[in-house]
Amino acid sequence: MRILSLAGRRLAASIPTLVLILVGVFLLLQLAPGDTVDAMMAQMGGGDAATARELRRFYGLDLSIPMQLANYLWRLVRLDLGFSAIYGKPVATVILERLPPTLLLMTSALSFAFFFGLVFGVIAARGVNRWPDTLISTVGLIFYATPSFWFGLMAIVVFSIYLQWLPAGGFEDIGAIRTGIWRVLDIASHLILPSLTLGLIFLAIYLRIMRASMLEVLNLDFVRTARAKGLDETRIITRHVLRNALLPMVTLIGLQAGTMLGGSVVVETVFSLPGLGRLAYESVVQRDLNTLLGIVFVSALLVILVNFVTDLLYARLDPRIAAES
Amino acid sequence: MNLSRFEINRRTALLTSAAIAANVVNPFRAFAQETPRKGGVFNVHYGAEQRQLNPSLQASTGVYIIGGKIQENLVDLDANGQPVGVLAESWEATPDGKTITFKLRKGVTWHDGKPFTSDDVAFTAMNMWKKILNYGSTLQLFLTAVDTPDPQTAIFRYERPMPLNLLLRALPDLGYISAKHIYENGDIRQNPANLAPVGTGPFKFVKYERGQYIIAERNADYWRSNAPYLDRIVWKVITDRAAAAAQLEAGELHYSPFSGLTISDMARLGKDKRFIVSTKGNEGNARTNTLEFNVRRKELSDIKVRRAIAHAINVPFFIENFLGDFAKLGTGPIPSTSTDFYPGANTPQYPYDKAKAAALLDEAGYKPGAGGTRFSLKLLPAPWGEDISLWSTFIQQSLSEVGIAIEIVRNDGGGFLKQVYDEHAFDLATGWHQYRNDPAVSTTVWYRSGQPKGAPWTNQWGWDDAKIDKIIDDAATEVDPVKRKALYADFVREANTELPVWMPIEQIFVTVITAKARNHSNTPRWGSSSWHDLWLSA
Repeated sequence: MRILSLAGRRLAASIPTLVLILVGVFLLLQLAPGDTVDAMMAQMGGGDAATARELRRFYGLDLSIPMQLANYLWRLVRLDLGFSAIYGKPVATVILERLPPTLLLMTSALSFAFFFGLVFGVIAARGVNRWPDTLISTVGLIFYATPSFWFGLMAIVVFSIYLQWLPAGGFEDIGAIRTGIWRVLDIASHLILPSLTLGLIFLAIYLRIMRASMLEVLNLDFVRTARAKGLDETRIITRHVLRNALLPMVTLIGLQAGTMLGGSVVVETVFSLPGLGRLAYESVVQRDLNTLLGIVFVSALLVILVNFVTDLLYARLDPRIAAES
Repeated sequence: MNLSRFEINRRTALLTSAAIAANVVNPFRAFAQETPRKGGVFNVHYGAEQRQLNPSLQASTGVYIIGGKIQENLVDLDANGQPVGVLAESWEATPDGKTITFKLRKGVTWHDGKPFTSDDVAFTAMNMWKKILNYGSTLQLFLTAVDTPDPQTAIFRYERPMPLNLLLRALPDLGYISAKHIYENGDIRQNPANLAPVGTGPFKFVKYERGQYIIAERNADYWRSNAPYLDRIVWKVITDRAAAAAQLEAGELHYSPFSGLTISDMARLGKDKRFIVSTKGNEGNARTNTLEFNVRRKELSDIKVRRAIAHAINVPFFIENFLGDFAKLGTGPIPSTSTDFYPGANTPQYPYDKAKAAALLDEAGYKPGAGGTRFSLKLLPAPWGEDISLWSTFIQQSLSEVGIAIEIVRNDGGGFLKQVYDEHAFDLATGWHQYRNDPAVSTTVWYRSGQPKGAPWTNQWGWDDAKIDKIIDDAATEVDPVKRKALYADFVREANTELPVWMPIEQIFVTVITAKARNHSNTPRWGSSSWHDLWLSA
């Protein structure tokens, strides 16, 4: 029950933010020259003025901007995200179709980055300023500095073209119709390269944060006490240090969930994944206002949700936080 | 078009001693002796998803590449670029050019089993071509009715003479038929069949997963006996050009149409014997790079300045160093691939001559000011292709050498069209003029005055010239093909003299296709055609 009321309060507090974001995006897109009909004409490679006029009426673009905005917000109040101009379907349907690949990609990339960031961060902290630390930090820095599109393309060249181990792109194999466990495995094999590509960048950040916070906690009094008690080093690390050092990492996850939604545009494009990032990009180019606003709305909800879960995790890791609230 | 490099690759890869003689003439004939193999899946690179797939509603290569396999046109082009009947078997026009009669093919059925009749033709022409189809609404402006005395006859009635030769050139692109029984009720634009097309073609629509793929399968009841050969076609949505090249190399794609890869990847794969890289099969999709002058701007209203700008840019150098084998020097608005209308290069041209450019600018009264700059202009490049971006930078650098400062303003597609064709917020603009087999379909609107504001790819440069207007109007209704050709030669001469738009580079789209494909690239609009005879060797 306490969780529910906390969730309710969180959601209520984020409503003004959400409205501000939506209005902001709506107005920003008005600043971009051209509307969805211009974008459509660009795609057709030609058309006449009568067609354009007819299309503008069809998409409701002949109304004034405040009217369009009012219409949109009123629809949103009724939980209607509107109709997508490029897809010819309700925006909610379009987003629901695109959500699974993005969530899968995000979860797998985040887990990969989190797990290995943690492991390597601990190893680096244990061997601080000796060769494991130098090696891990240098490699981490290289991953961090490499642009993800280049990384993705090189991964394709090595693993798909040269070694032919993994598929070069797409979400699943279209040629064969698979069901059950085989479909799961097929999708998993398609997600390995994109998750690695997206995860490697974040890995470097996690690794550095983990290393720094491990070093900090290792010098605290309670660790000295534990040592004095005669506990062995592994037990000290796992039971005492790790738990406390994890707090900054968890904070970071909450912050980066949003970044990852945006950062996946490049990875989704390189690996031809039908995710939210690419959908957002396409909606901007196509000036499909309804779809873009829908994505912003859903992404904002996702970020709020992730941050909420992060808060719960805090309480779990450090009972003092829960007690204070 | 200089293709020697690619042909040599193909030859070394495929020559057998028996085929040498045939091969030297046409390397594609090397396959003639093989027995076509049935079956197989053909994977196609699909770069830019469209909002719908019905070619009766949208004329663009992005629709034909899919819809053109599922729905069919009345007429297509044969290997020599001549009109050949598909759903129409024969045609004739009355001498006044106001009535054109098509005899339709018997025994053709829609994919849902209903028969194809002249009612479908009449419905499509009056409700789609005339009202919705881009280019079609201009072409069919004077179409008043389509009579259907029997299920195999469609009589097109025009208010003004319609040259038969113009209609036949236009119909391969603008003559796709949709089923009346599917579209007659409700709003045509919202019809679910727009994304799940029903046609008479060799392949039946199966599934469209937006952002991922489209699948079509063999139509067992196709009217051409023994066709098609392929079991399935899969179009994979890949927006990243480099990723598409990687998938070709990994064997996950067979074909990337319409210059879908980067220039450097196309050149690289051209040296790989697993692929054929060629402009063959795209002759019907020629385009020219443009330089559009906004003559509302005082400096650009002076013909001397426009000519000086053309003289200041070294086009052959640009082509050789940036576009390579994929482009050649253009000579005006009608490209050399247009066998019916190309007037030759004997029209005013503007060879590179920096001194002459400077002299012309001096003469026009624009002496170099402080820092050598005479005046500055805003150049808007279209975002359609790598070549346009390179070309705009080249223009900028070339013109700075004669004292014209250029500011490049880049936009995405919608923004570019809005600023150039609606708001006229440009001094210079550059993009592609896509030639569609007859100047009256695609080209004269770039020069004719009185285009409605906001219509993309039309004269929005403020150009108004009674002489050019008259030639354009006369040619559009001239029924005699010889006289029509002469009128278009006059048109090119006049357009090149006055230079409201300069079209100095000619390009044909480049195809990258697996060397296993047979019967490919065998018509001038092959990428858009039905692929009923395409097959894959083992």
